[in-house]
Amino acid sequence: MIDAEVQPTVYHKNALGDSSVKVAVRDVSVSYGDKQALFNVSLDIPDKSVTAFIGPSGCGKSTFLRCMNRMNDTIDGARVSGSLKIDGAEVNDRAVDPVVLRASVGMVFQKPNPFPKSIYDNVAYGPRIHGLASSRDELDAIVEQSLRKAGLWSEVSDRLQGPGTGLSGGQQQRLVIARAIAVNPEVILMDEPCSALDPIATAKIEELIDELRENYCIIMVTHSMQQAARVSQMTAFFHMGSLIEVGPTEEIFTNPLEPRTQDYITGRFG
Amino acid sequence: MTDSPRTFTVREDVERRLAKRYRAELRFRSTGLAAIGIAVTILCILIGSIASEGIPAFTAHKLVLPVTLERDRVDPEGDGSEASLRRGSYNRVLQDALRAEFPGVTARNDVRNLFRLYTPLNATRLMDVVLGDPSLVGTTHLFTMPLADDLDLYLKGRLVEDRTLSVAGDLTVTADGDALVLQSTNTDFAALVREIQLSLGAEARTLELRAEQVLAAAGQVPDEDMARLQAEAERHAANAVALRELALAGDGFLPLTGDMPSVIIETGGQAVRLTQLATDGSSARGTAVLGDGQIGNTSAWTLYVIDTPESRRRVSDQLLIWTRSLVERGMIKAGFNTYLFSNADSREPELAGVKGALYGSILTMIITMFLSVPIGVFTAVYLEEYAPKNRFTDFIEVNINNLAAVPSIVFGLLGLAVFINAFGLPRSAPLVGGLVLSLMTLPTVIIATRAALKAVPPSIRQAALGIGASKTQAVFHHVLPLAAPGILTGSIIGLAQALGETAPLLMIGMVAFIADAPSLGLAGFTEPATVMPVQIFLWSDGAERAFEARTAAAILILLALMIGFNAVAIYLRRRFERRW
Repeated sequence: MIDAEVQPTVYHKNALGDSSVKVAVRDVSVSYGDKQALFNVSLDIPDKSVTAFIGPSGCGKSTFLRCMNRMNDTIDGARVSGSLKIDGAEVNDRAVDPVVLRASVGMVFQKPNPFPKSIYDNVAYGPRIHGLASSRDELDAIVEQSLRKAGLWSEVSDRLQGPGTGLSGGQQQRLVIARAIAVNPEVILMDEPCSALDPIATAKIEELIDELRENYCIIMVTHSMQQAARVSQMTAFFHMGSLIEVGPTEEIFTNPLEPRTQDYITGRFG
Repeated sequence: MTDSPRTFTVREDVERRLAKRYRAELRFRSTGLAAIGIAVTILCILIGSIASEGIPAFTAHKLVLPVTLERDRVDPEGDGSEASLRRGSYNRVLQDALRAEFPGVTARNDVRNLFRLYTPLNATRLMDVVLGDPSLVGTTHLFTMPLADDLDLYLKGRLVEDRTLSVAGDLTVTADGDALVLQSTNTDFAALVREIQLSLGAEARTLELRAEQVLAAAGQVPDEDMARLQAEAERHAANAVALRELALAGDGFLPLTGDMPSVIIETGGQAVRLTQLATDGSSARGTAVLGDGQIGNTSAWTLYVIDTPESRRRVSDQLLIWTRSLVERGMIKAGFNTYLFSNADSREPELAGVKGALYGSILTMIITMFLSVPIGVFTAVYLEEYAPKNRFTDFIEVNINNLAAVPSIVFGLLGLAVFINAFGLPRSAPLVGGLVLSLMTLPTVIIATRAALKAVPPSIRQAALGIGASKTQAVFHHVLPLAAPGILTGSIIGLAQALGETAPLLMIGMVAFIADAPSLGLAGFTEPATVMPVQIFLWSDGAERAFEARTAAAILILLALMIGFNAVAIYLRRRFERRW
């Protein structure tokens, strides 16, 4: 990374569309040790929609995503400053228990990472540790519901006790999504959820994301501009640790205000 | 373009290099194969030699003797109380029983020799039998005891070289004063006579050669040494002359001295040890060793030769003949060596067993396991999953790695200074042994556990944290189960190492001779004990030859324990292994 510094952000009008603000971010900076990875990011993320973070590798978009559920806490030497509110509640506060936070902010990772347990146990793990089900029947219902929402029920209903790691890559990723929604989160973070999948599995996941949008606030990081254009309603472009431009996806892709956004989208760099 | 790529010069170049690369690969692979071959061969030789040495120790010859437990012998007070029974002279009972089997043995020396068939320690065992069942007093009891170690070795064919020669003629034995004159109708002794004469001749020749060598050397040394060397040469020469004279047998009789093979004639429960062989090959003179010598005329007789001269072995012909007689009478039986497993250590090899060491090892391992595994695993979990990475944890890590390389005897010294001197714990106790071995095993367990935890992919931790598991839940629900096979393997390797450790235990007194096995209960932890490797070390130092086989047998038992340990480790690992 060449010397990065604070860059002004260009905000499109009407960025939120019809939705209300779910996540309000103000002046968030992240540094790992003495290296600053993110500079004063401020933006509003709408509820019940998909927000895509795009930008070249190392631009800080994953770092920013991990601020939302405090996953940066697990990295030694990571410091996060600024304010990050979900429904008005501050996330970036020592007093907030990340365990409680992560129950309402689910996360899906780049590589499918099911637990080496049965499909049922994978989905049931979250509800179990959070005590969401009081009986076996209730747990069964949550598992079924989550798997249905993730579009996996028809494929695995006959082998719930089979190993979760025995599924195909795309199925595993949907299993992981089912696991995330089983604890009934409000926000789902996805860190390049399709980068390890083939086009058909990718299409299925995209379809699923589009369906989930109705109930959740989805924030995803992607390297695929087409994917961002296909599934997101709002797009934020990061470059060298700064948020460069943020606005409705259509506007960002058809009429970017920043030349760097234009260059990235048209493939001139990145 | 129809020509082959060989026409291109650059291709030839590549091809040459390719051939070289293939040669290098072949060289490497054959070196590897050779290395494996050498390793396997050495291992096979090692195990094979230990097994061939040790397996005979798993069988033992036992003397089954009807003993008459006369009341005035074993119950001097006559009240049948324990104190009275303890004062009984059980060795006399055993001696009487043995004398009853050999009524012809009366001479003081011979009787003393007879009692060398068993070890007097067996009197204590007989006392234990009587104390266990006082109603035996006054009855005749069939008492089983191990045969003396040398005789056991003899019966296993490991003490002397012997053979039985076939005979064709009828034997007539007549008395001539104290001696017996034996006359065969055939020249049954001829081969033996020639053999002995030849070996005497060869021995004389060796002496003559040595005399020549000494004489040759005498010419090159200073004058003051010359006289000594010349005297030595003369002595050799004189000995050679004497031997030749002996072989010549001028009076027609070849004397059989203690430096020559022993020749024994056995017939119908009697044995005659030959003292002279006639050069005509059909007659001999001898003395009766077993029986009264009134044999008369018989065709059923055998010629038994012990090639190892009596002067070069620990047991006399007499003892061997008695042993053979007891075998013939069915009173000595070969069987599984139960003493090896039911007894603790003993000064007498035939009574020495590994029970004490085995129990000591078990008790020590229990302490080691319950201390080093939990402490080690939780230390590793904390260091790997929770501890911040700073200078202090780095320092701890470096020290743990260094501890794994500390010579084990240092831990023994530490145990002596801290556990015994400072804490006042008992010496030679499995408790202290276990503590010391725990110290030694801890670094191994910690390092193995940390490696196993590191091998768990971080995605599993992230997945668990991502749905709101706490750090501890992530570790205990997901990381530890995945690391369990590695942790188990590491722990069991550490414990196996501790099981085979001797040096630190020497320091804390577990090397002592302990004739009683510790109890397998809670009290056993503080009773004096020893462990398997120390027992092997002690036995390897034993003076008796029979300890050699027992040392190898103990090694085999320890190896079996280790293999069992590792088998359990592999089984558990297979069971817990999960793919991700």
